[in-house]
Amino acid sequence: MIASLTPRNVVVAVLLLLLAAVPVYAAVTANAFLVTLFTRVIILGMAASSLNLILGYGGMVSFGHAVYLGIGGYAVGILAQEGVTSGFAQWPVALIVSALFALLVGALSLRTRGVYFIMITLAFAQLLYYFGVGLDRYGADDGLTIRRRSQFADLINLSDRTQFYYLCFALLLATIYLIWRLVNSRFGMVIQGARSNDRRMRAIGFPTFRYRLTAFVIAGAICGLAGALLANHTGFISPATMHWTRSGDLIVMVVLGGMASSFGPLIGAVALLSLEEALPILIRAMAFPVFGDAAVRMAEYWQIVLGPLFLLVVLFARGGIDGLLAGARRG
Amino acid sequence: MLLFIEQCLNGLQFGLLLFLLAAGLTLVFGIMDLVNLAHGSLYMLGAYFAATFAAWTDSFVIAALLALGATLLVGMALEVVALRRLYGRDHLDHVLGTFGLILFFNELVRIIWGPAGLSLPLPMWLIYPIEILPGLFYPTYRIAIILTALLVALFLYVLVMRTRLGMLIRAGASNREMTGALGVNINLLYTLVFGLGAALAGLAGLMQAPILTVQIGMGENILILAFVVIIIGGIGSIRGAFIAAVLVGLIDTIGRAFLPDVLRLVLSSRGASTVAPAMSSMMIYLLMAIVLVLRPEGLFPVSSK
Amino acid sequence: MADALLEIEGLTKRFGGVIASDSISLCVPKGELHAIIGPNGAGKTTLIGQLAGEIAADAGRIRFEGRDVTTLPTDRRSQLGLARSFQITSLFLDFTVLDNVALAVQAHAGHSFRFWRDARSQGELRTPARAALARVGLAGRADVIVSKLSHGEHRQLEIAMALATTPRMLLLDEPMAGMGPDESARMVKTLRELKRELTILLIEHDMEAVFALADRITVLVYGRIIASGTPEAIRANAEVRQAYLGEQEQRHG
Repeated sequence: MIASLTPRNVVVAVLLLLLAAVPVYAAVTANAFLVTLFTRVIILGMAASSLNLILGYGGMVSFGHAVYLGIGGYAVGILAQEGVTSGFAQWPVALIVSALFALLVGALSLRTRGVYFIMITLAFAQLLYYFGVGLDRYGADDGLTIRRRSQFADLINLSDRTQFYYLCFALLLATIYLIWRLVNSRFGMVIQGARSNDRRMRAIGFPTFRYRLTAFVIAGAICGLAGALLANHTGFISPATMHWTRSGDLIVMVVLGGMASSFGPLIGAVALLSLEEALPILIRAMAFPVFGDAAVRMAEYWQIVLGPLFLLVVLFARGGIDGLLAGARRG
Repeated sequence: MLLFIEQCLNGLQFGLLLFLLAAGLTLVFGIMDLVNLAHGSLYMLGAYFAATFAAWTDSFVIAALLALGATLLVGMALEVVALRRLYGRDHLDHVLGTFGLILFFNELVRIIWGPAGLSLPLPMWLIYPIEILPGLFYPTYRIAIILTALLVALFLYVLVMRTRLGMLIRAGASNREMTGALGVNINLLYTLVFGLGAALAGLAGLMQAPILTVQIGMGENILILAFVVIIIGGIGSIRGAFIAAVLVGLIDTIGRAFLPDVLRLVLSSRGASTVAPAMSSMMIYLLMAIVLVLRPEGLFPVSSK
Repeated sequence: MADALLEIEGLTKRFGGVIASDSISLCVPKGELHAIIGPNGAGKTTLIGQLAGEIAADAGRIRFEGRDVTTLPTDRRSQLGLARSFQITSLFLDFTVLDNVALAVQAHAGHSFRFWRDARSQGELRTPARAALARVGLAGRADVIVSKLSHGEHRQLEIAMALATTPRMLLLDEPMAGMGPDESARMVKTLRELKRELTILLIEHDMEAVFALADRITVLVYGRIIASGTPEAIRANAEVRQAYLGEQEQRHG
């Protein structure tokens, strides 16, 4: 990573510093909610980063990526329900089952292209969503409460908010670093080349399918781990986590933050969740002078701004926030 | 046996509703190459408009016609203002942009009509069941849906295959530049096609309103089914959409009707009633996955431009 | 033929009612530059498509170095030493020129399940890539993003990429399409040099280049071979003149 003082690098550095400082600030201001909020941001940033590997760098528009959040979460939840609360057992299961499902979906879907690919990944996501709804023993539609967080003997106590936060942060940074190395390696060149011109890749001698499938599996596994983290964070897992609109949220984070950039997905997660908190306040502040008390009601409808905002990003700021910071427009 | 026939009719009716939704989607996708996730929002608007106009005019039929017109106008406005900028761009751009529109419309509906749903009561003459077979009474309204949808299907067939507009539509699908070069106003053509798609979605929405639902987010669930239908049928093919929609409607309805009993043979009663709806929902996606693996272009692929 | 590098036997391809390839049979011995000419619509690109493995033939066999490759996928054929350039340039537009060629080198440098080392710093990939660029005269443009190149440079890059895969035979689909006279002359010079070490199947419309380079010429009309032989024989062939060269002479005359 080039350590030059470009606007984008400065923003990223500041962001990372702020994120690292959250628990400290929260302790000082006795505001535990901040830690909770940003833990969620970090976990979703990790999930979005994993999606970026296949979407941003690989050009594979998977509309079913949230499925792995669910698989990871249910791995933790189901095992906990059955009495296995050791993280050493739960988390590898989350990783492996996610990888296997990704292998299955990828093997079947990656032969298709374009909107067919989008739809088939969506279909598999819905398949698993309805499967979760039918999981009578594990809460079905209502979901499963996870009473005990994953246990890691004396290594780390996940019930301690601060320890959990830093664990998630460390895993996020590890994910970003891993993906950065992956993307610039020979393997990454194949993935990016296949996104750029798959026909040409095969013409020069690459059997692209196996490489794209591998990337798909890696992305799924990482997201599965994020799912295990998320389940620990919320103490709850339900099929709603796997609904296709959740996958849409992940895609939004990646595109909003900036596709095919290391920190774009994290920026996107921060941006999206910031918008969720900030837009109501913003609307209330702006509307109050004109509409008085009605501004409070108006602020409740902040989501109406979100939709057109995405459309505008798609139309005019395709490179996302990272693209805007870097100055160049990524096509 | 009579129960089976009744379920088949229900399946046919559901399938035909799906066809109306899918036809609009496949038209827009086939001709403008636009993936429109907000199609479900137009479906939702059709239902909401109908419920509102029915409350104002006390007449179901007038409300339906007004709702149809209103959805058509909203559709065309949407195309002109927002969607036409997406033509020619990556499908991902379409997916993202129209995903944003879903959020927008859901909130808009919440603002205008509130978070609770609406209801659309049926007039008396549509509620009376008719005895279509000895011993089998079937709701008049559902028959009305079947007949209306079949008429629309016929209309679409005539439109696309026999009229000049239809020829332009088909020409536009197979060769955009040529059609433009021939002096046809492509912008107007696209707006009209989109409007037609919107009207079809609105019609489906308002027709199912009295028997199913009028609520926020109703478009999303059925939208996926509509996509499944056009994937199975072949993108761009209205005939494919028709066959696939009826197929999906029948499988879904009959599955839902009889799967619980089948499952009760192996599972506990409570287990069966939880698993059954989930499994029947899964079946459609399984079907799509199978079709995609075996025939990636769908059952009736239209030759690409 | 004994030392034929490429043997095509009865290759046939139909699209609906149209016969794009009508039982084409052809032998290209090692070291030859064999040109295929013919009017538009003759099925030349379909032929290359079948040779490269993108289009599945309806009937017939293709043998490369004695081995039957008729049903092999494109990437396998490339691995066997059969490289192809595209008529409509098909490059990695958002990458640099060097990245493009390095990818071609990488494709033939073992498997790519290497996840850690930075590919752009690997000399074993970059050095052969630069060498290929030098051969086509693009060495100075190595770090330019491909979308910024001129059309002629795109065509040169196409050749460089094919070369970087260390092929034994090149399938060139109209490498001079859209080039001006200077660029064409440069390309002819490049091809003449390549001729010394590679077997080449060349599809071209540029008659000057064809007659300057080809050892043998085959004429394709409506998917069928109507003549095949030395350039002199082809030039003298009445049927060929009528079908193809005639219209060329009319245009230039």
